[in-house]
Amino acid sequence: MREAEIRKLFAVNLLCVFSIILTAVVPTVFWDGFTVVGTHLTWLRICSVSVSAVNIVLHLILKPNLSPKRSSFAHKISRFLKCCIYFFMSCVLFHVIIVLYGAPLIESVTETFLFAVLLSTFTTLQCLCMLGPNLQAWIRVFSKNGAMSIWESSLQITTMCGILGAWFGAFPIPLDWDRPWQVWPVSCSLGATFGYMAGLIIAPLWIHWNRKQLTYKSR
Amino acid sequence: MQRWPVLLFLAWVCFLFFAGIGLFMSGFLLTRIELTSSSSCSDPLVPPPWERQSLPPGSCWAPQRFSKAVLVIIDALHFEFARFNPAKASPLPYENKLSFLHHLATSEPRHARLYRFRADPPTATMQRIKGLTTGSLPTFIDVGSNFATYAIQEDNLLAQLVQNGRRVVFMGDDTWEGLFPNKFFRSYFFPSFNVKDLHTVDDGILQHLYPTVDSGEWDMLIAHFLGVDHCGHKHGPDHPEMAKKLTQMNEMLKSLVDHLGNDTLLLVAGDHGMTETGDHGGDSEKEVNAALFVYSKTSLFGTDPPEEPEAIPQVNLVPTLALLLGVPIPYSSIGEVMPELFSGDSSAVSAALQQLSVYHINAKQVDRFLHSYSLVAQDLPAEQLQRLQELLSSTMEEHTQFLAQVQGKTLVPPELESWLGSLISRFQLYLREARAVCTQSWARFRPLRMVGGCTLIATSCLLCYVESDSFYRVCLLYPLLWGLVVAVLLVLARVFTQEGPDLLLVSSWAAAASQLVFFWHWWGQHPKQARLAGSQPPLASVGLRQRIREWLGLAFPMGILLFRCGAMFSDSFVVAEARVAPFMLVSLVMLLVGKLHWDGHLTASEGPKQQLLGFSYRREIWYLLCFVAALLVCVRLSSFFHQCREEIPQCRPSLFLSPLASLRNTRAKNLFYLLCVALLAGLVYAVRRWLRHYGNLNSSDPLVLFVRWGFPLVVLCIACYWAVASSADDSLGKLQELVQVAVVAFPWAVYGLASVGLLLLLCNPMTVLAKTTWESAESIVTPYLGVPTSEVDLLHVIPQIYKRMQESQKSRLERDSCRATVAAYGLGSVYSAALVIALTLLGFFLMLLHSERMSLAFLLLFLEAFVLLHIHTCARGLAGDAEPFSVPWYAVISWLLAASQFFYSTGHQPIFPAIHWNAAFVGFNLDHSTNLLPAVLVGANTFASHILFAVGCPLLLLWPFVCEMPGSQRKKPKKEPREELQEVEEHMMEMRLRESPEKFSTALLQLGLKYLFVLGTQLLACVCAAMILRRHLMVWKVFAPKFLFESLGFVVSSICLLLGISLVMRVDCAVSTWFSQLQLR
Ligand SMILES: [Zn+2]
Ligand SMILES: [Zn+2]
Repeated sequence: MREAEIRKLFAVNLLCVFSIILTAVVPTVFWDGFTVVGTHLTWLRICSVSVSAVNIVLHLILKPNLSPKRSSFAHKISRFLKCCIYFFMSCVLFHVIIVLYGAPLIESVTETFLFAVLLSTFTTLQCLCMLGPNLQAWIRVFSKNGAMSIWESSLQITTMCGILGAWFGAFPIPLDWDRPWQVWPVSCSLGATFGYMAGLIIAPLWIHWNRKQLTYKSR
Repeated sequence: MQRWPVLLFLAWVCFLFFAGIGLFMSGFLLTRIELTSSSSCSDPLVPPPWERQSLPPGSCWAPQRFSKAVLVIIDALHFEFARFNPAKASPLPYENKLSFLHHLATSEPRHARLYRFRADPPTATMQRIKGLTTGSLPTFIDVGSNFATYAIQEDNLLAQLVQNGRRVVFMGDDTWEGLFPNKFFRSYFFPSFNVKDLHTVDDGILQHLYPTVDSGEWDMLIAHFLGVDHCGHKHGPDHPEMAKKLTQMNEMLKSLVDHLGNDTLLLVAGDHGMTETGDHGGDSEKEVNAALFVYSKTSLFGTDPPEEPEAIPQVNLVPTLALLLGVPIPYSSIGEVMPELFSGDSSAVSAALQQLSVYHINAKQVDRFLHSYSLVAQDLPAEQLQRLQELLSSTMEEHTQFLAQVQGKTLVPPELESWLGSLISRFQLYLREARAVCTQSWARFRPLRMVGGCTLIATSCLLCYVESDSFYRVCLLYPLLWGLVVAVLLVLARVFTQEGPDLLLVSSWAAAASQLVFFWHWWGQHPKQARLAGSQPPLASVGLRQRIREWLGLAFPMGILLFRCGAMFSDSFVVAEARVAPFMLVSLVMLLVGKLHWDGHLTASEGPKQQLLGFSYRREIWYLLCFVAALLVCVRLSSFFHQCREEIPQCRPSLFLSPLASLRNTRAKNLFYLLCVALLAGLVYAVRRWLRHYGNLNSSDPLVLFVRWGFPLVVLCIACYWAVASSADDSLGKLQELVQVAVVAFPWAVYGLASVGLLLLLCNPMTVLAKTTWESAESIVTPYLGVPTSEVDLLHVIPQIYKRMQESQKSRLERDSCRATVAAYGLGSVYSAALVIALTLLGFFLMLLHSERMSLAFLLLFLEAFVLLHIHTCARGLAGDAEPFSVPWYAVISWLLAASQFFYSTGHQPIFPAIHWNAAFVGFNLDHSTNLLPAVLVGANTFASHILFAVGCPLLLLWPFVCEMPGSQRKKPKKEPREELQEVEEHMMEMRLRESPEKFSTALLQLGLKYLFVLGTQLLACVCAAMILRRHLMVWKVFAPKFLFESLGFVVSSICLLLGISLVMRVDCAVSTWFSQLQLR
């Protein structure tokens, strides 16, 4: 049971990684002059949209957190609206935090916001898919012994890796190499993406290796 | 409480660091004193009158041989680049490219010659340009130069040319613009900063070179090509690009020679060489081996060139060129003329006579310089100077005899020639030895000292780390003793060997010895400790796990520290440090919050049920989050006060840096003025509010009175000073004189008031009001809740009662029928109150030294420090620390990060042109009798944030005690009799520290050591960066200034830390006396 679930997780995560790679490759076919670095804002949009689409679709198909509660249509709508609001709020919050970390305040607002959206896609959207608009659950998952299933452990790992990647992505910016990818926010968003992908791959492996120690509390 | 041992230990550690810094500096920083004198045509150096008559008009000191000269500097022209070896079958990209030089040298051997041009370290372009024009050995710090600009203050070739009416035209590297402002008749500067750009400068020069040469409107033309150097930095010498670049230079020289006239001297020189990787800056053979090529269309040399090109030092260019062009040799030149250029094609004897006369002038000039230099500085060894002096005077004597005989025509050719030869060689000997003496003391890194200094700093850091963790008593006596013994022995040895004791060496040996003894003792005690701990086996395994957990807990603040230190090794990161430090600080705080959350400290875990259903947050969380948000906002806002460095061309310096007087818009000026004054008043209000809140504003001691009345007075004085200083000069008319007085008087009033305040603080730092109440026997401890008089409630006071004191009072008063309790208002925050008052006073003083609008940055500083303290307190309360007496690492590191963040946010940068020199004239009208006072003022201005944060460092220990607010434990169900006692204990605040004086002193010591450790680690990173990267392109522009600022900052910080800690101890002393007096009462 456990093994099968881990394999499933691995497959799903690989699919996500694959979709991110596709966002870098596929548009070049349709659009001349598209590169991840050169037309970065476009790529940011495409990447955010496709990652969210993949996440949502996978979530709808797999339903990892089997919620037995049957709910009315109105309830679903309100839940969906709540998710949208949460997502937007998290974008704004990320934007503010990024600015507080030292990003330019007025210039390149678009870049910063798109980067914030990307980060939200990697973190908040996953939480929303997995846990729903339920802050209590989020808080629980992100504490030491909070994860209750391998899906939640995977969520922990990918989210942290994504944010760590974005943090490390800030380091090349001051270097005087004059590379196109040092321009704000290219290195950060690439860092976040690589971190996220790394997290997606690491998560199932880590869970596999630690499967003996991982004992999830039953609900 | 152990006061002196703690202070002594800290002072000893500081001394260890200082010795390390001094040792490293003496090995790394080459220093020299610049003389302001300059040579002139009428100097009494010139040869005897009979020879002088023959001077053609327009010549000084020696007859002019060329009316024009072209100096082509090809940056980083290594000797191998210029040499041509026809035998080579497959030359490397940089070999055999300057074929035209070879062609000239072989076809016209008496017109052209190639030399090895030995550059003196540091082989950085700016230092080399200085060397090529002053004829001296520029070092990193040429003391005496005006630090505010890079302009050359010393006498130099260009200044001499201009002074004698020659037209100097320049094209190329724009470094010259900064070095010689307004010296050029015409100039074409091109940006040199971008090392990746190989062509802008060269193409720019080529565009202007030939038209300018043809126009003839010049006497000296300098063209500085940068392409070769930049190609080296970008690709290295062994690259096809280099071949292209050198070929381009070859073509340029070919067409340049076509454009030259017969009266023109052409010099092609490299300012330095390059290593295999294309870098330069140090003193390795490849870097110092440049090329010099001399050519003229008239015959230059009397003899054919030697087989192997001669090697000449770079300083020789200046005297040679000066005398060839008929201008005086610059005052500080220590070069030797190149004799073969003065021979011409006349007969051997007359050529030698000519050479002798220029040697004579040259020797006299060098002697004059050495004499003047030895009057102002002692760094040239006296006995060597003495020897040189003797050598010269004997030669001079012989020279006079010789001239007399020549005039008397009593000499026959063979005798004449041999005498001439010996005289010339004696002059040569003198000049060479003089140069060697100068080189030895000015232009040599001393690797041994550098390594020694580095090691000393590293071991001191280790010592701090070791000691800040240990729980046993410090062993100080033996290290100190041994250090002293070594010092005394060294001094004695020095005295016996007749050498002057070198203070630096003696102190560093002493430091090393005392350190060694310390570690030995520590090592001796360590196993004992381990054995003691290991005596209980089950505990040991727990200890291991605990230790691993502790180590992991350490990893996150130490990781941030590691990143910060790593950033010192990259020039880009040092340049961008103004943004890196806040980034690190924000990351550290966010990590702290994240870690607290991850460990579950943020969620209330009251019961297992609750844990599953709802994660109710504690109320303190919201405080914590608000403080974190406030901190982030402070950090972000403080970035609006940054100064710029030239390495970031798109940067605009903050508007707030300029004084208000420079604002044109009157309305804006008034608004800003009002804002600044209002914020200043707000600061005073906040401080008074804080003091009142803790009851420190109730007594009628002079200090409290000063806080009440003196603070507003200081603000008033500052406001008046700002008003006077920022008003437009012309609008005041008749009041001009009054303004002159006011501009001096108000700062002095502030200085006076601030020092009065600090003196009061030292004399009586108690801000406690004691009230004795007589009550019935039962209410020993009630006074805390009691004293419910409305008057007191209105005062917002929190009375502090000291239990032990009460008990003693009780026992003493038992004999009386009634009992007394003493309610001491503000006793719980005496230590902090004293520190806060001191910080505020220092803040006023430092704000006065900055421009008006920088007070906003200072307010942010105070706010941020306050917020940091609260975050620290909150985090501590949430984590439930078992050890209230030790300050965690993250707090110390964040405190220091904030200190370096505000170094930048108060408008500073670690470069010399960014120093606020006008701070020296706050309260002075452009006159200073000594150098000490302006140095102190400028230093205080530069290291303002270091000072404030270091003095305030003990607050990190005290704040959690101060913030131990009443009411936090109220929820507890009331227990029986012991409860009241507990209640009292809960509100002891800082008196808890007094309860355990041993722990208090240890805590202060450990805090100081942690602070020094973090500071020292940063310093160590800077030192290592400067040492390892001393060949880096940016070493003199980035790393060396950074190291200098960091080490000065370390010195200032550590001294201020000692002052802060001793202030706490002074308060402790006063509290003790207060208690003893109370008992006597
Ligand atoms: Zn150079
Ligand atoms: Zn260079």
